[in-house]
Amino acid sequence: MRPFDPEFAEMRFGCGLSPVIAPTASVDAMLQGVAAPDAIAVRFPIATFDTFRTRVAESNALRRMVRGNKGTPEGDAAETQRRALKRQTQIDALHWFGQSMMRRAHTQTGFHERLVYFWADHFAARGKAELLQRATSPYIEDGIRPFVGGRFADLLISAVTHPVMLSFLDQDQSMGERSKRAVNQGKAGGLNENLAREVLELHTLGVGGPYVQDDVRELAELFTGLSFTPEKGRVFLKNYVEPGAETVLGKTYEDAQTIEPVHAVLEDLALHPATARHLSRKLAVHFVSDTPDPALIDHMTARYVETGGDLMQVYGALLEHPAAWTREGANIKPPVEFVGSAIRALAVDPAILAELPDKRLRKAVLMPLAVMGQAWQAFSGPDGWPEADDAWLTPQGLSGRVRWAMSGPRILCPDLPDPRTFVDTALGASAPETVRFAAKAAESKAEAIGLVLMSPAFQRC
Amino acid sequence: MIVIILRGAMDGLDAVQPYGDPNYAGLRSSLVGGPQHGSLDLNGFFSMHPALAPLAPMWTAGELGFAHAVSTPYRDKRSHFDGQDLLEAGTDTLQGGVRDGWLNRMLQEVSGVTADTAYAIGLGDLPILRGKAPVANWTPEASLSLSPQAERLLGMISESDPAMHAALAEAALLSAVDAPAMSGAPARDAQQARKSGKHLKIAEFAARRLREDARVASFSLNGWDTHRGQQRGLKSALGELADTLVHLKQELTAPVWAKTAVVAMTEFGRTARENGTKGTDHGTGGLMVMAGGAIRGGKVYGDWPGLDAQDLYAGRDLMPTRDVRAHAAWIMQAMTGLDRPTLERVIFPGLEMGDNPGIVL
Repeated sequence: MRPFDPEFAEMRFGCGLSPVIAPTASVDAMLQGVAAPDAIAVRFPIATFDTFRTRVAESNALRRMVRGNKGTPEGDAAETQRRALKRQTQIDALHWFGQSMMRRAHTQTGFHERLVYFWADHFAARGKAELLQRATSPYIEDGIRPFVGGRFADLLISAVTHPVMLSFLDQDQSMGERSKRAVNQGKAGGLNENLAREVLELHTLGVGGPYVQDDVRELAELFTGLSFTPEKGRVFLKNYVEPGAETVLGKTYEDAQTIEPVHAVLEDLALHPATARHLSRKLAVHFVSDTPDPALIDHMTARYVETGGDLMQVYGALLEHPAAWTREGANIKPPVEFVGSAIRALAVDPAILAELPDKRLRKAVLMPLAVMGQAWQAFSGPDGWPEADDAWLTPQGLSGRVRWAMSGPRILCPDLPDPRTFVDTALGASAPETVRFAAKAAESKAEAIGLVLMSPAFQRC
Repeated sequence: MIVIILRGAMDGLDAVQPYGDPNYAGLRSSLVGGPQHGSLDLNGFFSMHPALAPLAPMWTAGELGFAHAVSTPYRDKRSHFDGQDLLEAGTDTLQGGVRDGWLNRMLQEVSGVTADTAYAIGLGDLPILRGKAPVANWTPEASLSLSPQAERLLGMISESDPAMHAALAEAALLSAVDAPAMSGAPARDAQQARKSGKHLKIAEFAARRLREDARVASFSLNGWDTHRGQQRGLKSALGELADTLVHLKQELTAPVWAKTAVVAMTEFGRTARENGTKGTDHGTGGLMVMAGGAIRGGKVYGDWPGLDAQDLYAGRDLMPTRDVRAHAAWIMQAMTGLDRPTLERVIFPGLEMGDNPGIVL
């Protein structure tokens, strides 16, 4: 096995190279960075959902006030307040985008940041109505981020029972057909299988996994009762619960009228060997290559099963395997990682980003991400963003990258670095000669920086 | 075939106004319609919003038609998010975890589809074209404009990565198509320079691709969610739609236009009654717009449900009398020759196509 290469490790498993932060020195240090106190989140804070939901409650209260006082000064005042709150939430969401980028740019623990992105995408969710539409960053902040270094079971339970997930996959609407509420109201209870299906297909076993439609339905019945209110957060609605025991993957979960069977089934799904393989494969594909060495997946799967889904152990198995370090077939960075690592290589000053007017920040970073094919937090469904390189290597996507690479950096970094130094900063000691030449031959500083950022050595690792 | 998604829920009752319905005038106060208020009479019962005036020649030529009182199977919750998802998925419900769009499923069923056959145009996501069949994406915002030196150097550094190199070369080609001024085309006349809106750039790009190897294009037009001050909002949205269609016709040139069907669909209609803020709220039955040389136009298709209080859906919305997918399916059947079982089971699962309205010539 070749010796540990800190620069390559930072490019492949971290957020890229930085002129001001030394690459992590060893695999152990990379892993310690995941378990260590979350310093970068303290430095660049993002609201948790638990904080965020109070403004959803406030907005709902204002809406009720508007409805009850149509055409009166009280109603008009409430409407003005409601709009202001909505506007403020849009501004805050943009600010959280900036914070996310700054975390990538200035973190000492890049692998941790990448894992948060990976799991937030694995459990892709966004609220569906009103202010909840802006709740994705807060969801990640308390639903995903604190759990990426623990047991998968705990991460799964956190994500699947999170209000934003319940909203996104309609679980909050799902009512057992023989539930008390359905029976008492004489309405046909509407069971919604959306969350149950995605938990099996996307979050745990995987689409080829050993489950059938009956398992989906039974799991959906088992999930009835999971709900939330903006005032309280997670709640469990007993009168929505489908009575009776449910059988999922051959195991029967007794009727409890509590959240216990939900936790129990998620624990069991987390420990399933199909889940172990599905997640190991997905991690390897995400960090290494679209076609990872099967031996790497086997190695990670075995560790997952041995340790009951201890994620730190699984990451360790990934990083210790030689196949995780092969350079052939390396992945292209998704746009968010591309822009994030460019901002890191430019060491963009947080003060400059903070002072950039909203409109300019949208134009300088948010819009370009959309052209590149990855509009911020606007994944198309619960399957998140594609892992396959060819999803990103489109004419439009690459064109978007070129346009941004040539014009974005000078907005975020008015004092552009010398391109000849920037080659080393961004690509490290292994920078190809052609890129060094291009950086010297370009007609302007901005074009030279753009060319370095567009080089395959920067785009793929 | 061109599919335009009108995002935000177009008020079909204001775009094509049933002024001959005795209950119409009573439902609307600021949003008055009919020829006596400057709208264009279509057939003595319906009139067309004045902002659609640029389309009058198309109507006369039989190249513009409408289907009224149509909807997807979506009911009651009236959320844009779900309504658009269902419109583009083309299914009965969203319960099954649908991951592809009906226009992509059509591409999967016809032969000879290449990477150049279908274009998703514009910045926003187009779930209608999402799926297994190859679809090219492009937006005028992605147009490359590099200095010759930078372009050469970019070619050089990307040579070591064939996939990247190929995509960049394709981008340069599309950009040349997209920005004819840069490739030495004569400057546009003043009128066209004025109309340099994004929708026109999109229409122009779509037309250029369809004149070559592309056969399917889709894009979105926004701005239909007219809860307040609809007069102003709808005027600009309809104006954009009209300009887009006129521009498509012009840029497609006569032989291609003659074979083209354009359909514009929206997620649902709006309330029959005007609300307290001179607008309308989310409704059910809506309007589909069809244009192109392949369309049997000059006609408003559909059974009119009436606007009497008891005729309205849930007492508030235009009652849908036909599934909007049925019209799309019949148009598709005529354009592609796909058989009815495929259309009813694969492309629009669960759809009952019913009788052929004969929309395509």
